[in-house]
Amino acid sequence: MPAPQCSSCHAARAALRRPRSGQALCGACFCTAFEAEVLHTVQAGRLLPPGAVVAVGASGGKDSTVLAHVLRELAPRLGVSLRLVAVDEGIGGYRDAALAAVRRQAALWDLPLTVVAYADLFGGWTMDAVARSTAGSGRSRACCTFCGVLRRRALEEGARLVGATHIVTGHNADDMAETVLMNFLRGDAGRLARGGGLGSRGEGGALPRCRPLQLASQKEVVLYAHFRRLDYFSEECVYAPEAFRGHARHLLKLLEAARPSAALDLVHSAERLALAPAARPPPPGACSRCGALASRALCQACALLDGLQRGRPRLAIGKGRDEEGPPPPPRDPRSAPGPAAAAAAAGECGAACEGRCAQASV
Amino acid sequence: MCQVGEDYGDPVPEGPPPPRPGRELRCVKCKDGLPVVVIRAGDAFCRDCFRAFYVHKFRAVLGKNRLIFPGEKVLLAWSGGPSSSSMVWQVLEGLSRDSAKRLRFVPGVVYVDEGAACGQSWENRAKTLAEVKLILRSFGFPWHIVALEEVFTLPPSVLRCSAQEPVGTEGTYKVAVDSFLQQQHTVGSSPSPTQQEEQLSQPCTQDPQDPAGPPPAAHIEALSRLFDSVKTLTAKEELLQTLRGHLLLHVARTHGYSKVMTGDSCTRLAIKLMTSLALGRGAFLAWDTGFSDERHGDVVVVRPMREHTLKEVAFYNRLFAVPSIFTPAIDTKAPEKASIHRLMEGFLLRLQAQFPSTVSTVYRTSEKLVKAPRDGCAAGPRCLLCMCSLDVDTADSATAFGAQTQDFSQTQPPTPLAEAGAAPMPCCSAEVGRAQKCCQSTLLCRREDSQVIEQLCYGCRVNMKDVPSLDSLPPYILAEAQFRSQRYELAPMLGECRWVLLGVCMCRAGSQCVASPQALAGYPGVSG
Repeated sequence: MPAPQCSSCHAARAALRRPRSGQALCGACFCTAFEAEVLHTVQAGRLLPPGAVVAVGASGGKDSTVLAHVLRELAPRLGVSLRLVAVDEGIGGYRDAALAAVRRQAALWDLPLTVVAYADLFGGWTMDAVARSTAGSGRSRACCTFCGVLRRRALEEGARLVGATHIVTGHNADDMAETVLMNFLRGDAGRLARGGGLGSRGEGGALPRCRPLQLASQKEVVLYAHFRRLDYFSEECVYAPEAFRGHARHLLKLLEAARPSAALDLVHSAERLALAPAARPPPPGACSRCGALASRALCQACALLDGLQRGRPRLAIGKGRDEEGPPPPPRDPRSAPGPAAAAAAAGECGAACEGRCAQASV
Repeated sequence: MCQVGEDYGDPVPEGPPPPRPGRELRCVKCKDGLPVVVIRAGDAFCRDCFRAFYVHKFRAVLGKNRLIFPGEKVLLAWSGGPSSSSMVWQVLEGLSRDSAKRLRFVPGVVYVDEGAACGQSWENRAKTLAEVKLILRSFGFPWHIVALEEVFTLPPSVLRCSAQEPVGTEGTYKVAVDSFLQQQHTVGSSPSPTQQEEQLSQPCTQDPQDPAGPPPAAHIEALSRLFDSVKTLTAKEELLQTLRGHLLLHVARTHGYSKVMTGDSCTRLAIKLMTSLALGRGAFLAWDTGFSDERHGDVVVVRPMREHTLKEVAFYNRLFAVPSIFTPAIDTKAPEKASIHRLMEGFLLRLQAQFPSTVSTVYRTSEKLVKAPRDGCAAGPRCLLCMCSLDVDTADSATAFGAQTQDFSQTQPPTPLAEAGAAPMPCCSAEVGRAQKCCQSTLLCRREDSQVIEQLCYGCRVNMKDVPSLDSLPPYILAEAQFRSQRYELAPMLGECRWVLLGVCMCRAGSQCVASPQALAGYPGVSG
């Protein structure tokens, strides 16, 4: 039977039915609606004030490509200027291809691009080198922890290099849903307490971060990229299959089959979680070495790098086992320092995350 | 698994180490007896130590929380399944101990017959009921059998929260226990146990709540119609749980029980937690899965089996011959992908097989949840069905709820009219207009339906989307919905603010707000 009319413009044939409402729309109207929704999220949540210099974390994947494209369309209305920041983790066969996609996008959209590499920032430690180092300890999962933490630092460094005032990343509703499922399964009360909003305001000198696509489902992001004919890189990280996020992702797919609004329901649950004050992470201070935001004496990035340098890559992963720095400052005895502090600073990887970790923590 | 705080140094445990050949395993507790069951990650217990461990856990959970006062009437919700049977058995044993360690409350048992919702014929249900009665009589407590069809005769007051009694503090609990013991002393040492036995044995001979025959055919038909009309199994299960909860509350209130004990085990609660998360009930997890659930005010739901895993329950029931019966539930024989509950159950149990600490990790996280709205809002109106404070805020549109209730696919370019907080919105029309955008379809839903839906929390709204016609809901729900919305309409005349009634703390009418200053005083950030 022929496709129905677009219910918005009533002129063209409908090209899709929106997953969230079942409404039939043509490609152009869908894209307009999508952009309007992102605009509304940014404005209602007051995420990007006029005059902000916004660093877009670009990995070459579908989410950051769509994010950059939409923000570029909305930039005049919001009154912000954009810079692309790409992170090169040094994963051979994966990151170089993704970076090529980012370079093409930057050229096409005429946006300034800055690439920050782990090799430059972290003393020659690329992810491949880290993986070789941790492989010896028998757990290849550990390299994902490093990637998440170091990428955060790298993004922050890159944003400062270009003089940005805000950082945006392309996390979508499915990512946030997987995150809350994963955090419950892992028992990470610290992250659960911190998550749920649209981003973090940026405490202690860290730049404010936000996720404008947080309320858009993954299907709609892909559809948008399709209708706007965007060029992106869609392969999975070579280290991804080991990550725990894969379980949460699989579960989310099953849930969406049973109930289409599952991802947004999970996001709503995450927004409304109430955790005990003792479970929340302690207020962060500054790292004694690099000055970045840290819950202990050394920020997690410095602690991890320390471990790598000394040939003991497992140092600082786990229950606060850093034997190196000064003892942590005395804090409220009710807040469990071990797991909460480790949780506060430890990174966690995402499978198929296309280069950016879906944990929007410090 | 990538658990927080996990020690990456040790290799992945392969499972409990196999017993070394030529050397018998001994119980890890008494080091003497032959083990009969392995619990947790490799602890082998002998029969007596296992029994002591199991009973001790039950008593410890009750004793630690100090919510059940001596002499209090407690209703045990028994479904016939293993966990609730085990719970009733524990209470039975606990009451028959010598006086120092005896449980001190007065129990009753209730069984809810849900056959009509599961599509069973009356003959099958009657057979099951006969078996149920046999077991109930053998317990020796006052017992009640209620059919789910009785929801059609419930009064709307079931949905109203009674004035809350102050929760007993440490001091009052001790005082109550001391006075109870003193009372027993003055009466005399031996008569009191028999007194209590007499009290318990009397109702059994009278068969207090024996339903004479099947419930009225109209009710059976109405119930079947309601459940058949629900489109998804997820919504059916949620509706069944809601109705069952209301029915239990009614039974407890009618017969003067102030506590209801349900037999949810650790495994079931972990599954329930993840399911509630996926259903959008993140705000109410502490009530849904905590030890005590005080949302009804006068009747508190208590979960004493929450630290026992299903494996322990199953082994205990087998080793000590605890009677239980099997009744088909609404999701028996349903495929795994049929509902969110089944999916979560399958997922968690599979993950548990791979990483043995999954269930206990989820359970531990659930203990860190608190019963408070996230942003510290004062108590607003309650959801019509689940009676938790509403967690939807129509004013804040940069949320998952806001994203689903907005429609941006207009032909004209979107005007930035929805900038929250930019201009104060008038109390009346904008709110009603927003409230009616309750369903996602562009068809206008009927006024009566929208009346019900706007009084529901997020999770209940999503469930009700799968119920095509809200008219088939039992009359007490519809009556209460109408009553509340009439009160909403009359609010300005009564000097109450509609925003307050709908749970939105920030009254945006400013100086035009009709509410009395006292009503508004408790709400943060209110102007005028």
